[in-house]
Amino acid sequence: MIQAIAFYLFAVMVIVSGALTITARNPVHAVLWLILAFFNAAGLMVIVGAEFIAMLLVIVYVGAVAVLFLFVVMMLNIDFAELRAGFARYAAIGLVLAIALAAEIMIAFGAWSAGGIALGRRAAPIDAGVPNIEAIGMLLYTRYLFVFEGAGLVLLVAMIGAIVLTHRERGGVRGQNISRQVARRPQDATRNTQPGVGQGVEL
Amino acid sequence: MIGLTHYLVVAAILFALGVVGIIANRKNLIVMLMAVELILLSVNLNFVAFSSYLHDLVGQVFAMFVLTVAAGEAAIGLAILVIYFRGRGTISVDDVNRMKG
Repeated sequence: MIQAIAFYLFAVMVIVSGALTITARNPVHAVLWLILAFFNAAGLMVIVGAEFIAMLLVIVYVGAVAVLFLFVVMMLNIDFAELRAGFARYAAIGLVLAIALAAEIMIAFGAWSAGGIALGRRAAPIDAGVPNIEAIGMLLYTRYLFVFEGAGLVLLVAMIGAIVLTHRERGGVRGQNISRQVARRPQDATRNTQPGVGQGVEL
Repeated sequence: MIGLTHYLVVAAILFALGVVGIIANRKNLIVMLMAVELILLSVNLNFVAFSSYLHDLVGQVFAMFVLTVAAGEAAIGLAILVIYFRGRGTISVDDVNRMKG
């Protein structure tokens, strides 16, 4: 009973906040609604018994991706009124398309009954005695080790790509030239002079 | 007990919302990227729901990889958005084909 209440609460909240994400007038509000959608999706995943993915969703999305979005929205000085131009016209087309798509998917659910499916052999059966996080860890670091390292490589490439794309060389900035500083010797930098009385030195 | 179909319906609605977001926000690349995140979230919900109802852990492992790709995609997409805005002063996608160079 409590599970059903929690499910419907999270499901309604995720759909409402998803809808508000794409219709929000201000991109900052859209990011905040996106964060709420992710929190509620994490709740849905906790109900179904996938704690690890739920925590990952909160940490990766709310902690990193949403903050990245917020950072970009606030860094760019965007004219918010201009962004809304043509929204109603495109929204009508999109709504028709999306209703058709959702109806098709749900008709497919109707044709396929969830009870009839029987797997001949499970790739990694869930053992009720082992906690979710422990089970995923045992699977991830043995059978899916290379795929896991490939995922790490994907993130590395994304990081390098983002830095390379947004980095720019700015002229007129006095940066540090370490090799020149290290190679500098006292006799190049200073000079002894013996000026006559009253003549001073020229620099 | 909540059935699998409930989860699939929620994920389908979320997916459709993401599609609406991509089509409706033609002038706003940031919200388009957020709509892509919503679509990937609905896919992850499907993976996790099937994983739980079929008692097979591989779905959750795969959802983690989808999450990885989504994070990388957001980072690269926002980086492209930043340089696009720097060059053109707008984030409308109507003339993005200028990026051909």
